[in-house]
Amino acid sequence: MADKALKPLVVDEHIVEIVSDSGEGAQKAGQSFGALSAKMGNGVWTVEIIPAEIQPPARSKAGASGIRIRIGSTPMTNMGDQADLVVAFNEQVLYGRIDQNAYRPGTIILLEDKWAQSDVDEIRESYETALADLKKRGFEVCEIPMEEECLKIVTDASKGKNMWVLGMLSAIYGRDMETAFNQVRRIFMKKSQQVIDNNIKLLEGGFAWSRANLGLSFEVPAATEDRNLVVMNGNEAVGMGAIAAGIEVCSMYPITPATSASHYLADVFTSAGGIIHQAEDEIAAIGFAIGCSYAGKTALTVTSGPGMSLKSEFIGLAVMCEVPLVIVNVQRGGPSTGLPTKVEQGDLMQSLYGQHGDAPRIVLAASSIEECFHFVITARKLAEEFRIPVILLTDANLATGVQPFPRPVPSREWLAGPIDQSPWKKDVRPYEWNETTGLSRRPVPGQRGGEYILTGLAHDEFSRVAYDPASNQRGCSRRSIKLATFQKSLKPPKINGEAQGDLLLVGWGSTLGAIDEAVEKARQLGGKVSSIHLRFMSPLEPGLKEIFQGFNQVRTVEINYGDEVTDELVDSESRRYSQLAWYLRAKTLCDVDYFSNVHGQPMSPRLILDMVKQTLSLSEGNSKENQKPLNGMEVSG
Amino acid sequence: MFGLKADCFLEVPERYYSMEDYEGSLARWCPGCGDHAVLTAVQRVCREKQLPPEKTVVVSGIGCSSRFPHYMNVYGFHGLHGRAFPVACGVKFRRPDLDVFVATGDGDCCSIGAGHWIHAIRYNMDMTVMLLDNEIYGLTKKQTSPTSRVGQVSNTNPKGSFLPPLNPLSTTLGVSNVSFVAQTVDWNPAHVFSTLMAAYEHPGFSFVRIMQRCPVMNKGRFDSEVTDLGATLLLKHDKGIPLDEKIADAYPKVIEHDPSDIDKAREIAGIEDTIPIGLLFQDRSRPRYNEYGAHNLAVSPDERLSVLNREFDRYSV
Repeated sequence: MADKALKPLVVDEHIVEIVSDSGEGAQKAGQSFGALSAKMGNGVWTVEIIPAEIQPPARSKAGASGIRIRIGSTPMTNMGDQADLVVAFNEQVLYGRIDQNAYRPGTIILLEDKWAQSDVDEIRESYETALADLKKRGFEVCEIPMEEECLKIVTDASKGKNMWVLGMLSAIYGRDMETAFNQVRRIFMKKSQQVIDNNIKLLEGGFAWSRANLGLSFEVPAATEDRNLVVMNGNEAVGMGAIAAGIEVCSMYPITPATSASHYLADVFTSAGGIIHQAEDEIAAIGFAIGCSYAGKTALTVTSGPGMSLKSEFIGLAVMCEVPLVIVNVQRGGPSTGLPTKVEQGDLMQSLYGQHGDAPRIVLAASSIEECFHFVITARKLAEEFRIPVILLTDANLATGVQPFPRPVPSREWLAGPIDQSPWKKDVRPYEWNETTGLSRRPVPGQRGGEYILTGLAHDEFSRVAYDPASNQRGCSRRSIKLATFQKSLKPPKINGEAQGDLLLVGWGSTLGAIDEAVEKARQLGGKVSSIHLRFMSPLEPGLKEIFQGFNQVRTVEINYGDEVTDELVDSESRRYSQLAWYLRAKTLCDVDYFSNVHGQPMSPRLILDMVKQTLSLSEGNSKENQKPLNGMEVSG
Repeated sequence: MFGLKADCFLEVPERYYSMEDYEGSLARWCPGCGDHAVLTAVQRVCREKQLPPEKTVVVSGIGCSSRFPHYMNVYGFHGLHGRAFPVACGVKFRRPDLDVFVATGDGDCCSIGAGHWIHAIRYNMDMTVMLLDNEIYGLTKKQTSPTSRVGQVSNTNPKGSFLPPLNPLSTTLGVSNVSFVAQTVDWNPAHVFSTLMAAYEHPGFSFVRIMQRCPVMNKGRFDSEVTDLGATLLLKHDKGIPLDEKIADAYPKVIEHDPSDIDKAREIAGIEDTIPIGLLFQDRSRPRYNEYGAHNLAVSPDERLSVLNREFDRYSV
């Protein structure tokens, strides 16, 4: 068949998935496809599908590894609903995705066909059965000879099939090949020229085969002419934020899903005047960071939920001794070891109240990859200004998701200043708490005359141990008042939508995009729904009670556990609330409810929209399909 | 120190530090506590070396031992139980100009802090570490310590402890990258001073175990060792801890020990019938993690911003 450039079908957006066994490079291919599409001006959001083991069983539901890439002609802010096109390296991994409602009738599945010729009877049978079943479910299945075609180019198809797939997708979506080649060169830049050349050949192979054999062509027009964008995942953004903030020490212990931030930094940090310190454990990591901060520039420590638990005592010490520190918690599924690679926003209460005694601190929550970058800088400045540890919450969704955002313009103002070594002013106390704000300057070792003994024991302004009632009351009040001081500088959150209505959704963290999309669709159906999204969790942004009073119902949207009201024993006395709802109820005395689950996935716009429709009894409108909310949660009217 | 003032006078200010310059608040240890002698010895080292107080940092954990910083007029960090080492390492990491001392105890270092202890030895950062070992938990009022002898009566083992003690010297000598191990006793202040001088001068992690009397919680433990010098084994060598001839001569049990011999050092560490005092081991050539920490201190703001821009270029759409 002659190579014919098909006339493409123009679509607003497409959701593409690549799923395979672990170790087959689906994520690399998908990330490249995403980066490629961003370079061509599309809005992009990618989400990884990660099994928990390093090498789970091949050809299994649980072992499904892969990636979803959503490309559009508007900015993509979340993972969307069902996929439009899926490339699958085997049929079993698809079932893992089907279980999670990732596909719909009409989803195109491009399926590796080598299993049809397998020597193993079971595999052949499983393939044939699945093929029939998939078609029955309404998916458009095309069998693709990926292995066969790869073997024409390389001897080991397991290394390189992903690049062949990238070539195929590039053809289907009309991606610019020169850009694709550069992408491949970048990915493999640490490898030999031979490896790079092979991968380019695979790319070309996939492209050519697709053009010649696959009658599929889509065009997703560019979202923007602005090419002054950067594209990266949230952990890379955190790393870049550390560089931008002039941080010099990132002290860590490996933990999923936070570690890749340190891996990124390990490559570039030294040239930027920083060092990654891998400590012997989480506790040593924060202790080391506190030592660094105490002796000079504010340091950073990065971890996830279990690490936060371990760091608990030191966080309390940093609060008590007023040592500036930036702590990044890339949240994951909990509790305990939980779901290391899954998405959850379950550490809010811990971040606010995880210490014994009263230990007030600042907590920020990034809601986009762009914020993952900028908030590190903000966090460092706040830590120093307020002489306090600052916890920056992100999550596994942001950590691994990739999205373009406007290229930041570096400013000297972002960088930490040099350590003050000038003589300490005579008679100024190490904790000379401002009467109103509680703020004080801290002496740094090397400042003559500033010598003081930092201690976690209750102390006075001279840092002398002081157990008397007045001193302790004063110490606690001064440390607390720092939050009120900061709170006074915050503005109320912007309302997405009208200031009055039937339902207000309140979100925080990575649910921003999905909530916005659901609210927009709901409003198109006539729903009087608005939303706000919080970035400052401690202290809280002001004006919330007033905002809430404009709505009949207020409901948080969050990925953490809250009791389901349909459970027999759950009533107003026994009910355990999702975390932000609980916090806002206490803060505003409003009857805030929640929409939450602990499914370990980002919330889809569809899920939130269905909840809004049920809550407001909106008609179906022109929705494509009937979908039940995944958690089957009954919404109280 | 010296400088040409604007009006062209050559200013030669003499900053001489005396013992008083290093004295903080009045030490609240019990009368007869061995810590007093160690405090004095450290202050003497500071004065001998003329360490600017503002450049001296004493880090401690929790325990009687860890009250140490409060009694010195330097920068102190009285932190968390068992966690002095990570903080001390963090303090030193980007501040090669600071002199770091660590005061820890047998519970703080060998029990809750054991994990950090092992790794701190391996980091081999330039600091002087004093394990104030009184073989008991003092501050929390008489519980068994990992270094308590078998049969030690305490509030958690009223019938006497069951397990043999941990040997801090053997443990330290068993860790990769160990570079300085010495032992001394609080009731020989001259030896304490000399040992701490050698420890301070050593360019690495100087681990000094100081057998220390606790007259209230571990009454009488070292009575016989204090009166009978034959209960102590004095290590002598040109490369060892120097001791005044007159004092050294009083020790009936002396052996010549070359501190570069780690095998012999481990043997000495295992001696149970006497307390060996002196320098068991020293190796100045081991890698020091603080040197890694200080290797890129001089990156300018412009360089940082250019790295950032380079990264944005790499990640640009």
